[in-house]
Amino acid sequence: MIAEGKSSERAPYLLALPTWLVLGGFFLLPLFVLFLISFGQRATYGGLKPIDDLWTYVASGKVLAQYARSFHGIYLQIFWRSIWMAVVTTGLCLLVSYPVAYYIAVVAPERRRNLLLGLVVIPFWTSFLIRTYAWMFILRTEGLANKLLMASGLTSKPLELLYNDFSVLLGLVYGELPFMILPLYASLEKLDLSLLEASADLGAPRQSTFWRVTVPMTMPGIVAGIILVFVPSLGQFIVSDLLGGAKTILAGNLIQNQFAVARNKPFGAAIAFELTAAVLLLLFVYALYTKRKGQDVLL
Amino acid sequence: MTASHSVEIRNLSKRFGEIAAVDSVTLDIRKGEFFSLLGPSGCGKTTLLRMIGGFELPSAGSIRIDGQDMTRTPPYLRPVNMVFQHYALFPHLTVEENVSFGLRYRKLDRAAQARRVGETLGLVQLSGFEKRKPHELSGGQRQRIALARALALEPEVLLLDEPLGALDQKLRKEVQVQLKHLQRDLGITFIFVTHDQEEALTMSDRIAVMNRGRVEQADDAATVFERPATEFVANFMGASNFFAARVREAGEGVLVLDLAGGGEARIPANGTRYRPSDEVRFVVRPEKLDLRPRDLSRHGVPSVAVTVEERVYQGISTVWIVRDKADERFVVYEQNEKPFEVSSRFAVGSRLYVCWNPKHAVMIRKEEGAL
Repeated sequence: MIAEGKSSERAPYLLALPTWLVLGGFFLLPLFVLFLISFGQRATYGGLKPIDDLWTYVASGKVLAQYARSFHGIYLQIFWRSIWMAVVTTGLCLLVSYPVAYYIAVVAPERRRNLLLGLVVIPFWTSFLIRTYAWMFILRTEGLANKLLMASGLTSKPLELLYNDFSVLLGLVYGELPFMILPLYASLEKLDLSLLEASADLGAPRQSTFWRVTVPMTMPGIVAGIILVFVPSLGQFIVSDLLGGAKTILAGNLIQNQFAVARNKPFGAAIAFELTAAVLLLLFVYALYTKRKGQDVLL
Repeated sequence: MTASHSVEIRNLSKRFGEIAAVDSVTLDIRKGEFFSLLGPSGCGKTTLLRMIGGFELPSAGSIRIDGQDMTRTPPYLRPVNMVFQHYALFPHLTVEENVSFGLRYRKLDRAAQARRVGETLGLVQLSGFEKRKPHELSGGQRQRIALARALALEPEVLLLDEPLGALDQKLRKEVQVQLKHLQRDLGITFIFVTHDQEEALTMSDRIAVMNRGRVEQADDAATVFERPATEFVANFMGASNFFAARVREAGEGVLVLDLAGGGEARIPANGTRYRPSDEVRFVVRPEKLDLRPRDLSRHGVPSVAVTVEERVYQGISTVWIVRDKADERFVVYEQNEKPFEVSSRFAVGSRLYVCWNPKHAVMIRKEEGAL
């Protein structure tokens, strides 16, 4: 009996073991290796410079050289731009997604819901890279968008739609949209519609009901959507690379360049960790905020 | 039209596709009365209530509230508030914020709002719960907060959609009495939806019994109980003793009937006109029937020969189930005023007579849709 009791105590840990193996082997371990690399120095041909004496290396401050370098003006500018673009992307996604999610979850007849959700998910069947290339064909000077605009007589000559902030934002919003719609849908679908009726009953016009009941009740979905969109937008590099041309460089491009072009792995790793730290800090502040308000912490 | 009516409903219908949930209902609800919409689930009582609240738009007909046409007025512009079936309290707001939710749309300053919240919470005996969230309250407390939230706005009419359904039996009885007192003290018109006839009888001044989207009878509680107008109402109020008969003589106010189960009965005609040889049905409530060993028709007491089929002792009363020659089944309630040995004087299988005071027989309206 005693032996049996012991084994059943251990069972939950054993059951969690596969998760930890996968997480550890494919996520934590590479992250740790990258973390170590961020304290290294680039060798002449792009590898890692061997460290002769660890103590003098740390004492001389070279260990943090990559991090120090990243705080130069040019890089700070890129960071600010990236954060700004991610903020705008998240805001636009929220603006577009809320009505869509509201329609699918509340307005549309129930039997049509799965079909509409399917339409949101279908783009995932095609590689994101290919879909981004498709946007290039649509937006370029001779592209579909300009042809339609000119044929309809709205413009006489083609507009500059590609290789600017507009095209980058468009690509970002387009790519992240489902990640905003789905969590919003999940929380709107759970919304008790009698609460909306109660609000109207108590004298609240529709707009007031939206801000006082619908929005607070779907806050978990809004926050989840913001996190799911903001974090990847911050690290995006495909969209800014393809739709932004050489003019738009974001933190994601900077990191990718360090690994693929400049072959400066320590510097790339350092910026990557700074970005991660910034995101974690944001999430931490959010968690503190919700805890203080006595709400459930989502993360 | 008149100031004595809170709500005037005219030929109101609501169709969902092919189905008429509410079918041409006309009702007047008086100012300050406790009015119940009573009926089985699916009879249209909740749909009717929701149309008064403005949550459903009628397919036809009109609603006037406090003399003003409000058929198509949105809920937030009606002088009506609702206590929802599952209360619909805002889970993200405190009790205080829930109760003051609607006060923002009134021209009241903060101090007046706070005073109103305090008063209303006092009314439902929940002072001191201001800072709690709904999930920290018991079912009964939540129900009272929902009531306070609606009453804080001092509505012309308060709508209650089965608000006691989620409470346990004992609490329910208490709340019924409290609600009735509250309604009497405030003088607000209450429209109360329920499927529980006892609940409706306990609280209501008047009751409208609904079936298949129509109002079968709208009368004061005692009349609906004692003098059901249709077979459905009779059944729903637990008076299922139907006697079939043929009119022999339709005299001045009195009908002489040949009973299908044998014998004759003279009963009041109640204003409806009948002709000789009309097939009619009337009902006598179980507690108004009496079991006798002898035929009393010679003394002017209608009597039908029956056989005792079952005897159920229920403490306060004994229920007798008897059957007549035409195989019609009747239920007789007998108060156990005497010791049980005496009241159980009849054995199963005894041949007896059911008798009743002719005044207690109620003619039933012919109804094609009756059960």
